[in-house]
Amino acid sequence: MTNKTSRRAFLAKGLAAGATVGAAGTANAATPDPLITEVQPWASGLGDGVDVSPYGLPISHEADVVRRNVEWLTADTISSINFTPIHALEGTITPQGCAFERHHSGAIEMTKGDYRLMVNGLVDRPLVFTYDDLERFPRENHVYFCECAANTGMEWAGAQLNGVQFTHGMIHNMEYTGVSLRTILEEAGLDTAGDLKDKWVYVEGADASSNGRSIPMEKALDDCLIAFKANGEALRKEHGYPVRLVVPGWEGNMWVKWIRRIEVMDGPVESREETSKYTDTLENGTSRKWTWEMDAKSVVTSPSPQSPITHGKGPLVISGLAWTGRGAITRVDVSKDGGKTWETARLAKDGEKMAMTRFYLDTTWDGEEMLLQSRAMDETGYVQPTKAQLRETRGLNSIYHNNCIQTWLVNSKGEAENVEVS
Amino acid sequence: MLKFPKLALGLVLTMAATPTFADKLGLGRVALPEEIAAWDIDVRPDGTGLPVGSGDVLVGEEVFADKCASCHGDFAEGVDNWPKLAGGADTLDHEDPLKTVGSYWPYLSTTWDYVNRSMPFGDAQSLTPDEVYAIVAYIIYSNDLVDEDFVLSNETFADFELPNKDGFIIDDRLETEHSKWVGEPCMENCKAEVKVTMRAMVLDVTPEDTSDNAAAVEPATAEPAKVEEAAVVEVVEPAVAALDEELAAKGAKVFKKCKACHKVGDKAKKRFWPNVERCVRSTSWSS
Repeated sequence: MTNKTSRRAFLAKGLAAGATVGAAGTANAATPDPLITEVQPWASGLGDGVDVSPYGLPISHEADVVRRNVEWLTADTISSINFTPIHALEGTITPQGCAFERHHSGAIEMTKGDYRLMVNGLVDRPLVFTYDDLERFPRENHVYFCECAANTGMEWAGAQLNGVQFTHGMIHNMEYTGVSLRTILEEAGLDTAGDLKDKWVYVEGADASSNGRSIPMEKALDDCLIAFKANGEALRKEHGYPVRLVVPGWEGNMWVKWIRRIEVMDGPVESREETSKYTDTLENGTSRKWTWEMDAKSVVTSPSPQSPITHGKGPLVISGLAWTGRGAITRVDVSKDGGKTWETARLAKDGEKMAMTRFYLDTTWDGEEMLLQSRAMDETGYVQPTKAQLRETRGLNSIYHNNCIQTWLVNSKGEAENVEVS
Repeated sequence: MLKFPKLALGLVLTMAATPTFADKLGLGRVALPEEIAAWDIDVRPDGTGLPVGSGDVLVGEEVFADKCASCHGDFAEGVDNWPKLAGGADTLDHEDPLKTVGSYWPYLSTTWDYVNRSMPFGDAQSLTPDEVYAIVAYIIYSNDLVDEDFVLSNETFADFELPNKDGFIIDDRLETEHSKWVGEPCMENCKAEVKVTMRAMVLDVTPEDTSDNAAAVEPATAEPAKVEEAAVVEVVEPAVAALDEELAAKGAKVFKKCKACHKVGDKAKKRFWPNVERCVRSTSWSS
């Protein structure tokens, strides 16, 4: 059976069921449901023992909820990226196993025993820490989103990838456990650095790319974390095991994985990742640098191209995610008509700083075509812009920091498509 | 130098109110000079951090051909989707600018630093300082920025400036964007009409889900994805009478140098790059 055939069959079935329910509100069944009237195997036999899966994976029926990559995007899969299946996730916490990966020299394998963290440069005493040393500093726990600056970057010039996993899936949101970078810097001592206002830290990883980035001291001393756990367990290899840097609200490229060195400096290094990449070229050919903060952004995750409406008319949950690197999300509005009219969505919880917020619009679908959009606002008063507004300011040659309002065209069958609107 | 004076002020106040260095735990140990020398290899725009050494264009061409050209091309023009290091002069204000060391990178130190610490791809930190100087000299030669008798050394490094040195501004989004995009947004009658102006399905570059459960989660696409035959090159196995296993083992060892760019085996077909011109924006990400 081809995908196409099975999809059609699936949709037909879904729509038939939808018609039954949607037409008459609470429906009456014509015949008893054998799933209820007949004893099912699972209600009679036995399930797996507790030794079957010492570390559990999702049940096989969820095997499609996985990271996926776009082959044509990069020269190979080593220096590449994949995408979080946000169309199929709910709540806000991203399971590590399907949280997007971005490597510049591949995901390296390192043991805790082989891990070393050096702090040098303008410090009172250059120090080396082992992994065990890090676990002896006071710990903090915080939930933060990590968004690649290039998330939605392929959509600058037009609607291109037909799935929210691909348009918005370079993001994850986890609870991190670690030591504040401030604590580590103060252990080495900053008297030598003198006036801290114009100082920087240069951070680099242990992999071949090293992915070095310069971070201004004010951010380093504010909320950065040297993290060794995510969502309660050790970081995954692909996310920097055993230790990564967390730079809340700032572009994911700065969240250096396998962090091995922190150098206090009197200026930025101007490394490859902060000059040739992760800079934003404007229409006149000049480029913005140090565009660290991720601006407020939101997207409807369902319905969306990979998560169509299969139940027909009637009650519909429109579900989505919002986040901002400049504080907390305060409000999200949803439009069903491409931005003519807006309704304020319900936030599942109050927005938290530098963390994802889930929003819902509990609505009734009349079976008509919709042009679904969401628009986030954050505590600074900033309103997520349209793609036209961004292009007007930045031109068409930008790649990073595309936080435009996304549009899904949902047709009368419930299928959704990535489109742009006037 | 700080972007946000208000934040800087806040920082100073916070620092003053905190007993900054009173709570040292005495963890870790002092880093030895040899250890710092081994890891602290970053090079700054003014050349700080460069080791003593030199290299010229002609030597650079040889080293580049041997160690870099399989991905970056003999003339630094880039192979397939691998980064182009040369060309693109004066294209930054054009549609789809070509960003290379010559056209875009502001500082030569960045090239030296990156080649030295991360290249060749798959064999990083194997180059001598002289080889790095030579490679960097060849890259700027390939960008028509120096003549073939050019020699780059730690002593002459600071004299060289890349063309786009002044092509960058510090992030100005707060002034140019945030000042405009604030306040109570429109809720009703925000547009007279709405038209669909572009559709992703027309472009059809979204990867197909080939997993068994794909059928249950994906909506019907308008048309099945085009098979990318034009971009796929079949690897035809030559008929071999008998495999010389010893020779094959040697080959496998030598091939380690090639595998960063070249793949063999069942999945090899997928490693050939489809025609990126099909896409609205190829957004090169390589390495």
